Amino acid sequence: MKIRNKAEQEKQELNMTSMIDIVFLLLVFFVMTFKIVEMEGDFSIRMPLAGDSSAVSDPTDLPLKLRMRATPEGSLASMSLNEIDMGTDFTALRSQVLQLVGTGAPAEGNDGPEIEIDTDYNLRYAYIIEAITSVSGYKNGDEIIKLIEKVKFAKPRR
Amino acid sequence: MRVKSKKPDLAEGDLTPMIDMTFQLIAFFMVLINFAQTESNDKVVLPSSQLVKPPEAPLDFAIILHVARDGEVILGGDSFTADTLSTGLKQELAVMRAEDKGPQDANIIIRAHQDTAAGDVQEIIKVAQDEQFVNFALRAKEDRS
Repeated sequence: MKIRNKAEQEKQELNMTSMIDIVFLLLVFFVMTFKIVEMEGDFSIRMPLAGDSSAVSDPTDLPLKLRMRATPEGSLASMSLNEIDMGTDFTALRSQVLQLVGTGAPAEGNDGPEIEIDTDYNLRYAYIIEAITSVSGYKNGDEIIKLIEKVKFAKPRR
Repeated sequence: MRVKSKKPDLAEGDLTPMIDMTFQLIAFFMVLINFAQTESNDKVVLPSSQLVKPPEAPLDFAIILHVARDGEVILGGDSFTADTLSTGLKQELAVMRAEDKGPQDANIIIRAHQDTAAGDVQEIIKVAQDEQFVNFALRAKEDRS
């Protein structure tokens, strides 16, 4: 004869309330502290103090000069590369740099051309980054083609 | 005749799917949470650039300077101006000297607000150059568009 165990049939009822409380607390904590991480990167610049003895270079190796002028509000008024005026068009700046520098890889032992950025004091920093972006390379699909890697700043204009 | 009103049974909802979802959400947020937010500062909105890529390895001896819109410089939680920044940098240098490293080994990461005057950033670089720092990194956020 089969004996049925009565206790087995009764479902054990768990009290879920406290667990759900804790789980919701955890959820709220993580939702509140959540912040989408923005990807950040750097433009590396090696810039010793001017007047360094190693900075003495032959006159054929003069840096390109990018002059950026600002409106009183801090917007970009105009810019010129080696006295060639380009208005506010960063695409023109890039093609000008391409013409002057070319895409060929720099020779061995040479870091490639150098550019000096001379900007008005009140120009917004975002324009500087945009200019550095334009002169340092461009994107060809997923590939980044580098143009000028050496960037330096002229003396601040007060 | 008295009619006994039947008390309705407490409706027991099935909690299993809700708990499943909630645990999934918790797992999602736990995986994505990023506690390493010491590098960012609320006062700084970085300019964006298409060419920057997140560095593969963190820079050695990074000194992070946050530059707010009004030119205020924040270094390690302390606030400086371009004129007083050299004291903060000297403290960092003292820490580095204890590890036998000089200013040439340090990397100064400049996280400047996109609307900061460019001249303020130049002044900060100049102050750092006066302390013999040579390696600078201008930080920008990656623009994928």
